[in-house]
Amino acid sequence: MIEEGLKSELQKQGVYVTTLEDLYNWGRANSIWPLTFGLACCAIEMMAASMARFDLARFGAEVFRPSPRQADLMIVAGTVTKKMAPLVVRLYNQMPEPKYVIAMGACAISGGPFKQGYNVLKGIDRYLPVDVFIPGCPPRPEALIHAIMTLQEKILAQKLTGPNRPRHLNADVASEFPVPAYAEDDLQPSKNSDVWHPPMTVRK
Amino acid sequence: MEALEQIKTRIEAGLPNARIEIVANECPAGDRSLLVDGASGFAVAKFLRDDSQLKLDFCSNVTGIDWPDKELSEKIKVKKLVDGVEKEVEEVKKTLRPGFLEVVYHLYSMELKHGPVVFRMRTANRTDNTQLPSLTPLWRGAELQEREVFDLFGVNFVGHPDLRRILMWDGFAGFPMRRDYVSPDDFEYEPTPHDEVLERTQKHNPVEAKP
Repeated sequence: MIEEGLKSELQKQGVYVTTLEDLYNWGRANSIWPLTFGLACCAIEMMAASMARFDLARFGAEVFRPSPRQADLMIVAGTVTKKMAPLVVRLYNQMPEPKYVIAMGACAISGGPFKQGYNVLKGIDRYLPVDVFIPGCPPRPEALIHAIMTLQEKILAQKLTGPNRPRHLNADVASEFPVPAYAEDDLQPSKNSDVWHPPMTVRK
Repeated sequence: MEALEQIKTRIEAGLPNARIEIVANECPAGDRSLLVDGASGFAVAKFLRDDSQLKLDFCSNVTGIDWPDKELSEKIKVKKLVDGVEKEVEEVKKTLRPGFLEVVYHLYSMELKHGPVVFRMRTANRTDNTQLPSLTPLWRGAELQEREVFDLFGVNFVGHPDLRRILMWDGFAGFPMRRDYVSPDDFEYEPTPHDEVLERTQKHNPVEAKP
């Protein structure tokens, strides 16, 4: 590793020194292409974020791709009904690695105001590994931009080697997740226990 | 538009077999409605659509209602012998009203600019005899809404061109909008549970059950 002081000193002389890891992550972090994909009112805010007023293009994330094969980021924007959930998981499976998920809004996080409904999935994190959660109902475009910046920080901090390297560099880790099936009254299985670990609250 | 009583009289003159009641509505809007028996429902609806004074050519809304079995109690005064003296005693008489499903149509006339006429039909019960005639052949716009009523309440529309579930998936069991529907136990985690939700959470998570 090169020292920070030496690095900036060299930069002043017109020599730019970096590591392959930094360069690779810098490139990835500034070209996160989301999947064109909205489920409810959060999608309206997502569209607003990509338009001129909020201008998601400043962060390199304006290229909404209509095909999962070309997308890096799935923004789950809206209520995920149980009828829709298998399709969302399948779309995620169709995306190539490296891929990331942002759960946007109260519904995508937990079911939101519809949590106690019979037909609403209680958070997409039951089936998919979510990288960034955005609370709000719906979150403002600034919140989505903040989530994308958070994701960029996450990507920039990823180590490309070692045991904690990201999933797309680790051949032992599967990049596809089981698609739930429709059962008589619920999805089967109702959660992916490898992904979803509900927080345990001890009450006194 | 003419009064509902007048419409009823004219239908009965045209269709002597139809059994029609006028159902009162206690809410402030007070829209009363025509309750028609299932067997003659289609003919009455056709009459309402084709009659030259009504011309109800637009079905704006189709809704279902679930009426479960209900115990009705009313107080009645009965004469009884108490200690050899005849007295008037109040007794509570209980009757069981068997449940049924109801479908409500709101009909308007685009041509004559009047409406709505509220049209209701009831099934015989909630279990095995839930057939009602479909009005989709009369108003094409009822197709998807009747499918929705079928999906969520379980009313079988006879004569519907494509009666499938619409909101829930094929293979789903049960009718979620019925009063006695038990929803799947699928929200085991809740950050701030209370009442019923707390009980459910505690069942899933024994740690939370500790006082």
